[in-house]
Amino acid sequence: MDSRGLEVMFPLKEKDRRVVQMLLSAGCCPRCILRFCSVGIQPTYRLSCKELFTELHKFLNDDEDKSKVVEYDQPPCKKIRLQDSEKNDSDSEQNGAVKLLSSGNVLPDDEVKTCTVCLGILQDLCETDFVKKVCAKVDSAGYHFNSLVFSVSLPPQLLVREHATWLLVKQELGQQGNILKKDDILQLKEVYKWITHPLLSEELGVPVDGKSLFELSVVFAHPETDGDCHFLATACRECFRPTKSKQSIFTRMAVVKALEKIKDGDFLQQFPHQLERPKSSCVIQEIQCTHDSIYVAGRYNKFSRNLPQTPWVIDGERKMESSVEELIGEPLKKMFKVDSLNFSSSGREDVDVRALGNGRPFAIELLNPRRATFLQNELKELQQKINSSTDKIQVRDLQIVTREAIGHMKEGEEEKTKSYSALIWTEKAIVKNDIDFLQDLQDLKLDQKTPLRVLHRRPLAVRTRVIHNMRVEYIDLHHFRLYLKTQAGTYVKEFVHGDFGRTQPNLGTLLNMTTDIVELDVESVDVDWPPKLDE
Amino acid sequence: STTLPSSTSALLLGDFPYFRCVMEVGEAPVQTFPSMVDRYFRRWYKTDVKGKQCEDHCILQHSNRICVITLAESHPLLQSGRKIKSISYQISANCSRLQNKVSGKSKRGGQFLTELAPLCRILCIDGEEYTIYSCIRGRLLEVNENILQEPSLLQKKPSTEGYIAVVLPKFEESKSITQGLINQEQYQDIISKRHKTTAAIMGNTDPTSLSDCIL
Repeated sequence: MDSRGLEVMFPLKEKDRRVVQMLLSAGCCPRCILRFCSVGIQPTYRLSCKELFTELHKFLNDDEDKSKVVEYDQPPCKKIRLQDSEKNDSDSEQNGAVKLLSSGNVLPDDEVKTCTVCLGILQDLCETDFVKKVCAKVDSAGYHFNSLVFSVSLPPQLLVREHATWLLVKQELGQQGNILKKDDILQLKEVYKWITHPLLSEELGVPVDGKSLFELSVVFAHPETDGDCHFLATACRECFRPTKSKQSIFTRMAVVKALEKIKDGDFLQQFPHQLERPKSSCVIQEIQCTHDSIYVAGRYNKFSRNLPQTPWVIDGERKMESSVEELIGEPLKKMFKVDSLNFSSSGREDVDVRALGNGRPFAIELLNPRRATFLQNELKELQQKINSSTDKIQVRDLQIVTREAIGHMKEGEEEKTKSYSALIWTEKAIVKNDIDFLQDLQDLKLDQKTPLRVLHRRPLAVRTRVIHNMRVEYIDLHHFRLYLKTQAGTYVKEFVHGDFGRTQPNLGTLLNMTTDIVELDVESVDVDWPPKLDE
Repeated sequence: STTLPSSTSALLLGDFPYFRCVMEVGEAPVQTFPSMVDRYFRRWYKTDVKGKQCEDHCILQHSNRICVITLAESHPLLQSGRKIKSISYQISANCSRLQNKVSGKSKRGGQFLTELAPLCRILCIDGEEYTIYSCIRGRLLEVNENILQEPSLLQKKPSTEGYIAVVLPKFEESKSITQGLINQEQYQDIISKRHKTTAAIMGNTDPTSLSDCIL
């Protein structure tokens, strides 16, 4: 890069001179210095620390011999123009010379010291080696992705250091008659992303996109300086609510709020103007990859009278083998490479009840899938695989859906009608005429107290439900088949046997005899979702 | 219990497997189809409650630990000739079981019952009065209001529509509540012993007559 190009990218002005000098002596890294000088040109920050350092010194030594090249590793105190001041008056300036802080604060010998403001975030922690390290972790996690969102969590004490440095610079500029608002300073996180995003994209071969479903998150920590925030708790008590959990009360939100509130004078009283030099940079506390949940929906038929919908486990003991959830979920788990899933459906049937007809709509949330994109025919293949693996269930219309679409299903549970077929036993002998009248009943209203068999986990209440219509098929003196279309949430078994008379009316009261249910099938769940797929 | 049509295949009803019925086409059933009560509940008994002869109660225990308090078939009220005048849930000046109110999933607010807590008082036309007791410790969920309007329900369908109350034992005590009760087999033993005694005293050779206990 030729010097003219650099000049364009390095728009420091005269008014910045003192600030640059002051911040350098204060132990600030080049990128942070640029931020405090409101340099908003992205490519500038992408120059290496070494180049930036050189340029800063060039800028400072501007009116001296320009050919002098500053060695990045050399202590700059020897190269910067010094105007030794006899008086150690912190606020005075003499003859336009910059008051320098005591030499002890200037970078000593060979090491590149950790920045007192960003604690290394804009130094080694945004450069190639770091990025490579993070990407190695991403590779080992085994995710498939074609874009990513990069989120970074910085330790809250950076806010305090930023605030202190702002006050310092504000004061300095104030003496020149210039204003520096906090908003004029470039945000640390923003600059961090300017630098890291292209590096990540390059290393992983995918763009960084805020809407991506795949998230790479890095959490930084700096335990050494965690105490920097503590003084805020006494200065702004109301910002820090005690938490029940062991987590620190010094959250980013709380610290931001406190810094907004605290008066400059109070802050400076409690927190040193001269920031303490950190012994080392931030460390990576955590690198985590997560992929947004993927939702797979479909409809299932249940042909077994021995299969629960969800795994039946009591006190760690499996009471019944397998379940609808596992028969559909396990193959999906393998295909999408997830550790866990959530199964939900538009209502459910008992272990001993079949789901016939078009089946019952279900949706499975696959959490943190390592693979998320599939072609429709790959899903179709999986559907066929599930269907040929068992005769207890069959699946249809298997497809990927959005999270919002799940609402249709739950709406179905509460609002849509269901149709059933029940095999009825009667205590007294019956003839065909005895049951025909049931077909004339339209929109029969029932008052159902919470059935005893679910009362242990539901509140005691009376629910009004409607049986829209019924159809009968006489079988013999003590049996007939009853077809019913009911409102969502109607307990059919209880309508048939009466549940100790707690469902009124019930089939027994209608027929004036004891009736019981031998078999129950769900004939249809009248929900229009998920969309039907052509076979 | 009942027989199934031969067209029905293997089935299983209820929230937990209690009976399995297998039918062969054209053949007699291997097992009969159990009633709703026998499918879902286990029967426990307490005889001569509060020392009163033959005042036997039957506690129906669901697998979900909810219990239904009912009269055992040997209770005097269920013997022929008894006519009920009225039933009352006002068991003392301050306490009516009808005022019982539970709310929420954890059924807060229900009156807590001990084994000998009275549930209701039943007055017969002939002046005899019987008190029905809880027999188990737990929270009262509801009492059967249908028998107030139709007392004959109690006698016609004592195990179902004629139930007295629904009680929820404490979770920790759900297994131990049956310690003070006897099972169906033990109950049948006691009943047959009573008949033998009665028969011996009465000189009655019919062992199945369910006459009142007089000693």
